[in-house]
Amino acid sequence: MNLTLKIWRQKNSQVEGQMVEYKVTDISEHMSFLEMMDVLNEQLVNKGEEPVAFDHDCREGICGMCSMFINGEAHGPDRGVTTCQLHMRMFNDGDTIYIEPWRAKAFPVIKDLVVDRTAFERIQQAGGYISVNTSGNTQDANAIPIAKEDADLSMDAATCIGCGACVATCKNASAMLFVGAKVSQYALLPQGQVEAAERVSNMIKQMDEEGFGNCTNTGACEVECPKGISLENIARMNREFMKASI
Amino acid sequence: MTKLNSKVPTGVPLKDKWTHYKDKIDLVNPANKRNIDVIVIGTGLAGGSASATLAELGYNVKAFAYQDSPRRAHSIAAQGGINAAKNYQGDGDSSYRLFYDTVKGGDYRSREANVYRLAEVSANIIDQCVAQGVPFARDYGGLLDNRSFGGVLVSRTFYAKGQTGQQLLLGAYSAMNRQIARGKIEMHNRHEMLDVVIVDGKARGIIARNLVTGEIERHSAHAVVIASGGYGNVYFLSTNAMGSNATAAWKAHKKGAYFANPCFTQIHPTCIPRSGDYQSKLTLMSESLRNDGRIWVPKKMEDVHAIREGRLKPTEIAEGDRDYYLERRYPAFGNLVPRDVASRAAKERCDAGYGVNKTGEAVYLDFQSAIERYGKEQANIHGIHNPTHAKIVELGTKIVEEKYGNLFQMYEKIVDDNPYKTPMMIYPATHYTMGGLWVDYNLMTSVEGLYAIGEANFSDHGANRLGASALMQGLADGYFVLPYTIGDYLSDDIRTGEISTQTKEFEEAEKEVRDRIDFFLNNDGAHSVDYYHKKLGKIMWDKVGMARNEKGLQEAMKEIKELREDFWKNVKVPGDGHEMNPELEKAGRVADFLELGELFARDAYERKESCGGHFREEYVTEDGEAKRDDVNFAYAAAWEYTGQPSEAVLHKEQLEFKDIELKTRSYK
Amino acid sequence: MSRFYSSSVGRKVLMALSGFFLLFFLLQHFLINFLSVFNKEAFNGASDFMGTNPFVQYALQPVLFFGIIYHLIMGMYLDAKNKGARGGKYAKNNAAANASWMSRNMIITGVMILLFICLHMVDFFFPTIKAHYIDHTHLDAYEMVVAKFANPVFVLIYVVAFAFLALHLLHGFQSAFQSVGFNNRKYTPAIKKLGTIYAIAVPVGYMFIAVFHYINSL
Repeated sequence: MNLTLKIWRQKNSQVEGQMVEYKVTDISEHMSFLEMMDVLNEQLVNKGEEPVAFDHDCREGICGMCSMFINGEAHGPDRGVTTCQLHMRMFNDGDTIYIEPWRAKAFPVIKDLVVDRTAFERIQQAGGYISVNTSGNTQDANAIPIAKEDADLSMDAATCIGCGACVATCKNASAMLFVGAKVSQYALLPQGQVEAAERVSNMIKQMDEEGFGNCTNTGACEVECPKGISLENIARMNREFMKASI
Repeated sequence: MTKLNSKVPTGVPLKDKWTHYKDKIDLVNPANKRNIDVIVIGTGLAGGSASATLAELGYNVKAFAYQDSPRRAHSIAAQGGINAAKNYQGDGDSSYRLFYDTVKGGDYRSREANVYRLAEVSANIIDQCVAQGVPFARDYGGLLDNRSFGGVLVSRTFYAKGQTGQQLLLGAYSAMNRQIARGKIEMHNRHEMLDVVIVDGKARGIIARNLVTGEIERHSAHAVVIASGGYGNVYFLSTNAMGSNATAAWKAHKKGAYFANPCFTQIHPTCIPRSGDYQSKLTLMSESLRNDGRIWVPKKMEDVHAIREGRLKPTEIAEGDRDYYLERRYPAFGNLVPRDVASRAAKERCDAGYGVNKTGEAVYLDFQSAIERYGKEQANIHGIHNPTHAKIVELGTKIVEEKYGNLFQMYEKIVDDNPYKTPMMIYPATHYTMGGLWVDYNLMTSVEGLYAIGEANFSDHGANRLGASALMQGLADGYFVLPYTIGDYLSDDIRTGEISTQTKEFEEAEKEVRDRIDFFLNNDGAHSVDYYHKKLGKIMWDKVGMARNEKGLQEAMKEIKELREDFWKNVKVPGDGHEMNPELEKAGRVADFLELGELFARDAYERKESCGGHFREEYVTEDGEAKRDDVNFAYAAAWEYTGQPSEAVLHKEQLEFKDIELKTRSYK
Repeated sequence: MSRFYSSSVGRKVLMALSGFFLLFFLLQHFLINFLSVFNKEAFNGASDFMGTNPFVQYALQPVLFFGIIYHLIMGMYLDAKNKGARGGKYAKNNAAANASWMSRNMIITGVMILLFICLHMVDFFFPTIKAHYIDHTHLDAYEMVVAKFANPVFVLIYVVAFAFLALHLLHGFQSAFQSVGFNNRKYTPAIKKLGTIYAIAVPVGYMFIAVFHYINSL
């Protein structure tokens, strides 16, 4: 198929960017979206132009690197996939596709479609861990039984890949699904109880300082999340926060 | 020829070596640790866990990742699980048994003492991870669940859905975050190490490029740890991440670290086949699928043609016209033969022309009989007498979905075909590299103060790695081995003080890096980096892939050399060096792969035997199986760089097996 | 505690709590109004009770005012802040693909309701307060209602205003539960259903009262 691409080009964080139009031809429907981008970039390199910079790495939907806002949706029109898992069969011959970076004040653009997500790092550093040393001299792994249901819910929360689609898609650029997932993972486990109050307070404080917006429960994040992280995690974070504040 | 000293503790029985070693080493007092810096390259399971632990101990750690966060290292993509000799199932597991399975699975090409230590500390990993909040799968009693993997007789694999690597990495990442917050780890995201700096024979720092600003930076430390993973991307197409590269390890090699067993590469049998030339990477489907899937190709060539032309569907081929070749060749293990055997068998059928997709490189993995078997079982359980075929399929599909739902969904998203109805198509792909930097018992390379851990080193898996052992090794090295062994070395450095970066060694290394970048950016070539990478990948796959022979390897060495020469004349890299430039990053990595690939082929050429992942067509038994040569090749091949891969000097570390009897692996 | 008020989650919880109070207020206001359809005396009695009872006047009424004002000011403040968090506009944003119109436009429906509340105050609340506390006379609430709703333009404004209220509540009801952390696989579907029923039934009920009196006046 032949496509028209409108892609955000921005040389670096200091200058303004704009949408630039490109054409690609002979795109196979079996290609992944990023392979289509590879074709475009190969074309640009051969013409001596600078290729479009975009984040990507594992290309199997788990590293959380890829981050494109495609035709007005984070990771494009398919559900439950990252950009690298999106396939061209979701599009039709002759389509015009808009490709933009995640947009949020807390995620400044580095170049073209690459954004700086270190705000997420700082939130995790504020409390996204259990303070246990790494000596291996902890108690036996089976010393504390954990209800299967809790372990499973904790796992569901822990599947977050930190891609930032929730922020990109939220009309308020809120990071609460991301933070809620991490808070929930630990809140559901006995190991996480010791520091629970401090953790949720510190992570939320850092989240607010990073300039993310507030959650208005539109649920867009849950729909666009490639890992299907549930809004229940935000509710749990709210509960944990109230508990910690009382 | 220098003699390699593995520094394995002597005079104590195998099972006491590690304890004995730990009792005897020199320690660094906590106040002195504050004055010692350690650089860690890579933040996957090995690098992440090492950074966290070294920082916890009190050292100043400088960690480097080319991604925007440590959490994105490719360890995250490991699906199946992690082995540990916990014996929670009471099925007779022990450190010795895990050790035995690992050495045997590696086709007797690994170092006994290292593997035993790995098995010994494996149980601690699970305790550690649970304490960190890793949500492992549990049974209804709330205790940890296990599953079994290929090549072993016990259930010792711990898992977190199909995302075990992700959860373990996030555990190590959280431990890192705690130390970053305390200021004990200085994290350098989006940085790539481009050279290691040697001062007075010791590794004392690195040159790194800031991938956002393009700045070339000098970083010094008392020791450097390479934890940058494997070199599977030398094949261009692999299950590795796009950015996975050998640059850090290769630079270390060029500065004096021996590179061991490069030809030991694991080709994983169950990956989604290539669909066209545009393909950028291959996706793995977990080995667990082979528990229920049956692998076959058509018996008749006309059926193959009809399928490729779309005139026939696989489901329309009668049972008698299908060749379940693994069950035919290996009746004892059937579809559950180890990875290397399954991969070669698929290649054999496809080479004979029976591949079932347009590229001719695919075989079927069929769940129909599993669905029917489970369906009948469920019908009995639910008391349905004389169920219809449709009912059986419905019930059976539900069970298969419960077991493999996420994998089936992943397949359907990529291939756009329903694997519950038509058989999956699979084909082997490069997955893991057992070879890597040669290290001694301390995990130190042949350069003093330069360590290699995780997939980046060569040590523990011999010629073939068992499923769920990579995660185990990465974390064992990082959490529990390196922190001890590096202390022994650093205890001599307590009076050294900070290492200056204003020395001629740093200056020279930096100049070399800058010159190379300038060359790339100013070379007015004709071809993109990917053009060369794809060509290299094709040579590697065709001639140094699943089956190798003398003629092909000679050709490969020659062709890679020619390709490398052409690359240095005609490569084209757009953009400039003072900003983010992904093409420039790729150019440096591919330049290194072009050297590594040749050494790889040479190592394969010199190893005139078949063992594990290394299969030489000349060295086979009468019935076509791999034929190992323990008399002449029971050694680790450690290569010393002398200027050209073709002139690398081979050092042999003879492998001794005192606690294990060398046997032929048979799966018939 | 001040950290709670100034934090994003704390504010969200307070938005929900004030929302809950307003939901309760809306329902009781509706029930009293609905009396006017059946029985003049009962309606006047209830109105007088609400207008004179000290607990209602000096405890509930201030809370109500505070609730409305907090909900309103915080709503507008957060909306402005949230808009700022975007930092740059998407050239193409297919917002309808993942969130309802109601959830995305609470500020629009909210401001429309605010305008209506102003009108409502001028029409009913201020005259009553004036009569009670300044003129010390007694207004017949029923007569006032009947007189107002005889005007078709007035009725139309009411109907439109309550349509906005319905849109606001369609998201707001269940959103408030989520904000205070109540999200549960077992009960949340029921809450969502209840929210939809409330969000439609109460505003439609108000519309019915207006239309009923208008038709009666013909």
